[in-house]
Order: sequence, then structure tokens, then C-alpha cells
Amino acid sequence: MNEILQESVYFGFFLALGTYWIGLKLQKRFPYTICNPLLVSTVLCIVVLLVFQIDYEFFDAGASHITYFLTPCTVCLAIPMYRQVRILKKNLAAILLSIISGCLAAALTIWGLCALFGLDKSVYHSLQPKSVTTAIAIGVSSELGGSSALTIMGVVVTGMFGGIMAKVFCRLFHIKDPIAIGLACGNSAHAMGTSKALEFGELEGAMSSLAVVVAGVTTVVLAPVFAGMIH
Amino acid sequence: MDAMKYLKQLMIIMAVSFAGELLNRLLPLPVPGSVYGLVLMFLCLLTRLIRLEQVEDVGEFLIKLMPVLFIGPGVSLITVMGGLADKLIPILAVCIISTIVVMVVTGLTAQAVLRRTERRRKEHGQKKGSRKEKEYE
Repeated sequence: MNEILQESVYFGFFLALGTYWIGLKLQKRFPYTICNPLLVSTVLCIVVLLVFQIDYEFFDAGASHITYFLTPCTVCLAIPMYRQVRILKKNLAAILLSIISGCLAAALTIWGLCALFGLDKSVYHSLQPKSVTTAIAIGVSSELGGSSALTIMGVVVTGMFGGIMAKVFCRLFHIKDPIAIGLACGNSAHAMGTSKALEFGELEGAMSSLAVVVAGVTTVVLAPVFAGMIH
Repeated sequence: MDAMKYLKQLMIIMAVSFAGELLNRLLPLPVPGSVYGLVLMFLCLLTRLIRLEQVEDVGEFLIKLMPVLFIGPGVSLITVMGGLADKLIPILAVCIISTIVVMVVTGLTAQAVLRRTERRRKEHGQKKGSRKEKEYE
């Protein structure tokens, strides 16, 4: 079995796309945050590899080709940001101040908790960018020397938890302003926060998608500053 | 005809991506090439060097498919899982606690700034109003 798979890169390609398609179907049927297509697809791929005892390398031989599109995809994030440029200009102070303080809070808590739990440098560097969108998070993590796999895990856990708990925490801390809700969702839980923010309303969704990109760029600047704090 | 349009859009996106990677090599900063590209694209759109309709269709498609790119790296968790088993709970704790902190800090800061600007706008408006009244007198 392994020999056939070893020769074709399309196995990994097919498995990744097929499982993602199943994930999309599942989410349509059960629209809960936990039915995230990326999570479903990743788990299904792992199950298939384990059950059929296929080496990860054979899957990666195909799947890694898809990852080449990471940079062009990230570049395209400028498009939704440009669409929101009017809202961005109008609320510039609120957006920048809240996102910068949010990112600073993230950097400090992640550093503090990693030091508290005695996690090593590579885990710390992998988790540093976990609040921003996966594309930028992977870039930051590999620039710092973290592990992409662990970063993705952190990003997905963060997104799901943030998405599920957004309503609870916004109510608990009396965050009522639609702009503030959108920024809070996008800055803490990136794309999954944005899909939650859209449930609150259109303005919340727009603010959240804006926050995702601004937070990503802010974290690119902040992460290296905090990177040296765990040896 | 359509093929030409999509080809051109993809070409522009690839050109900006390449410029981003070049900047990553040339500048001694720990900024991923993709983020240079993102900022570059945003600036090009702002200055109308690139118009929205020149990248929109392919851009939208790439953004929609983006999560697919993360399946591969996500699955690679099985290669590092063994070494992580004992750190799993601290890692989850870091993710969960920091997410709450970021959400609350961001939301409360935004709300405070918005309320302040609104109050200032109102005060400003009142001053303007009173000035007008004086003019009328």
C-alpha cells in the first residue's frame, strides 16, 4: 500500500480536499463552532493515516504542495481590509488602541503562563502568535523557530474556544458596543471569532474581519520583542 | 476571455507575493514575507496602483480556500504528538486563558475609547451649538 502512495503526490492532495469537503458538508448540517471544517478535516486525515498505517511523509508529499499558496492567500487578506477602509479610518483610534492593548495583553499572558508552566522555548515560540489568523501565525512561528503543527493547534483551540465563549464573555464584562464586540472577537479568535461576530450583526462582522488583519500585523511586530523572554 | 482575466489577477497576486518574499530576504527583520506582501497589497490598493477589480475574483477564491492550506501542517501534529503528551494540559491552559484575557482587554479598551470620542463629539457639538446661538443673538 505504502509503495503506491509513495509514488503519487495526489494522494495527500485528494485526502486533504476530500476531508475538507466532508467538513464543509458537516458544518452546513450542524452549524456549531465545534464542527469547524479545518478541525474535522485534520482529525479525519489523522484517523485515515493511523487506521491504514500510512506514513505521514507520504501524505505530506502531496499536502505540502497546497501550502505553497500560503503567501498569495495572506496577500489577499488585504482585499477585505481595503473594503473596510472607511470604517477603519472613522474608528482609527478605537481600533488601533484596543488591538494594540489586546496584543500586548496576549504577549504578556502567554509569556507569563509559559514561564509559570515551565514550557520550553520552542513551545513558547509556537504559541506566541496563536491569537492571530493561521496564515500569519505560521509565518511568525517559523520566523521565531517554533513548530507550525503546534501553532496550528494553538490557533484552532483558541479560535474554537473564543468562538464558543464570545457571547458569554461579552455579556459578563458588559461589552455591548457593536464595534467593541467585533474587535474583541476578531482580535482574540481570528476567523472563527469573525464568523461568531457575524451572528451578532454586520457591523460586528466587519470590525472583526478588520481586527484579524490589524492584529496579525501588530503581532508580527510584537512577537519578536517578546521572543527572547524565555530561554 | 475570462481565462485572461483570472490569469492576470493571479499574476498580480503572485507578483506581490514575490515582492513580499524578496523584502523578507533583503530586510533584516523577523517579518514573514507573506505579511510584507499583505501590507504591500494594501498600500497598492490604497494608492490605486492596483484596483480592487484587478485582484478581487481570484483573491476571494484564495481567501475562501485558505483553511485547506492548514490541513497539512495540522496533520503533522501526529509527528510531534509523542513529545507533547505531558505538556498538553499546560498548552491548552495557555490558549484558553490568554484568549479570555485578549477578548476582554480588547473589548473594554475599544468601548472606553469609543465612549470618550463620543462624549468629546457631543461636547464639541454643544459648543458649536452655543456659538451658533450667540451668532443668532
